[in-house]
Amino acid sequence: MDLKQITSPLRPDVIKSLCAGDRVSISGRIVTGRDQVHKYLAAGGEPPINLEGLVIYHCGPIVIRENSLWKIVAAGPTTSMREEPFEADIISHFKPGAIMGKGGMGEKTLKAICAYGCVYLHATGGAAQYLAERIVQVEGVYLTEFGQPEAMWVLTVHNLPALVTMDSHGRSLHASIEDESSKRLKVLYEHPFKNDNQT
Amino acid sequence: MDNRRVQKSMYELIHRTCTMLPQDITSALEKALTQENNGSIAHETLGIIMQSASLSCNKRLPICQDTGALLAIIEGRPDKSVFLIEKAIIDATRALTKEGMLRQNCVDPLSEKNTLDNTGAFVPQIHFEPKDGPTRIGIMLKGGGSENMSTQYSLPLQRIQALRDMEGVRRCILDAVFQAQGKGCAPGILGVCIGGDRASGYLVAKKQLFRKLQDMNPSPVLASLEQTILQEANTLGIGPMGLGGNTTLLGVKIGTAGRHPASYFVTVSYSCWATRRFMVELTKGGDIREWI
Repeated sequence: MDLKQITSPLRPDVIKSLCAGDRVSISGRIVTGRDQVHKYLAAGGEPPINLEGLVIYHCGPIVIRENSLWKIVAAGPTTSMREEPFEADIISHFKPGAIMGKGGMGEKTLKAICAYGCVYLHATGGAAQYLAERIVQVEGVYLTEFGQPEAMWVLTVHNLPALVTMDSHGRSLHASIEDESSKRLKVLYEHPFKNDNQT
Repeated sequence: MDNRRVQKSMYELIHRTCTMLPQDITSALEKALTQENNGSIAHETLGIIMQSASLSCNKRLPICQDTGALLAIIEGRPDKSVFLIEKAIIDATRALTKEGMLRQNCVDPLSEKNTLDNTGAFVPQIHFEPKDGPTRIGIMLKGGGSENMSTQYSLPLQRIQALRDMEGVRRCILDAVFQAQGKGCAPGILGVCIGGDRASGYLVAKKQLFRKLQDMNPSPVLASLEQTILQEANTLGIGPMGLGGNTTLLGVKIGTAGRHPASYFVTVSYSCWATRRFMVELTKGGDIREWI
């Protein structure tokens, strides 16, 4: 399947063109935000930079200070579902172009993605070194009072691979896989475990 | 036991656990790759996973940015060396956190402040099990995402029609895999405990994760259940990272603990593909004699 090159901040027409199942390669500026940043923004906190069109990456990186520069040691995605209570509000207030994380998000976020023109990108969980190699620069860090993993890191990425799993047309790959696996589980339940060794 | 040597051994043990994917898991991922269609999302995802794990090993950097919560199991004779080992584990944890090898992963739940050095009440979690024989130490770094997918069932359970038998146990485990979808960073490895109480169930389940993927459960019933569930879970179509595919689990390891006649718990400890655990045997002087 084709790889779509996209640049963050994302333009509205690009967001609209992305469909669940599309592979993308992201370049440009992205920001990290996880539990504390989401809680802060949803409670009315001001974002330290304009989030419009940007990719908000659910990630708590390991970062070290080396020769007075920040160096990303490891930076894979964290579970997005924890931000489900906040994400819809953040999308409606700050109009990010994409939410990136792992595991997908729920109904409320999907509705906001459709209503405000956003997209959910799935990055590979645990692939912290592969993804860190695609972060070419740490532009800055804000909200450091939340601690290193929870701060808002502004990063420049180059060719970071992800998969569109929830799109602005209301499709969710996560929902369809869950439905399908639920059917298959029912079939498995119809055939009980036979223990040939039980004598 | 020599303090300096134990300190060095514990540092090396935790460092390796953080940066090197165990060989049995690497082999299982390689095998899984051959079972996914070329060009599929599952194939590509496993490819990225394996490239990333290989990078972390070569660069001696963390496999995952979530370097988890540290669990240590010390087995050996109950003498003074246990205190040296305990201190060495805590010191190494602090040192590796300072070096950016372990993420700051301990938050005080009252103040909501990060303790910044990965120590706190019950953290790191260190268990001592008195045993006659050489001292062995197991370290596990388990990520929060997969820990959140771990779960405990109390049987009988009407929702999934699980009774107090092996079929009931099977139903619980398959339900846990379904509920987790990709959120525990599939393909996962399950540590399971049948029986015990609510506390011991989780510990026994987690300790099952120390078993090598290729090992055979000495109980024929459990060996059969492990094989059955592994095969069945991989037909659910959840796949790597829950994006679809044939590889939802890499392994299932089941243990037991005596239960109170009134209770029947099935506890599932879900571990991500990046299951990080190593065990070593120490010499009397405190050096690493063998990686087990």
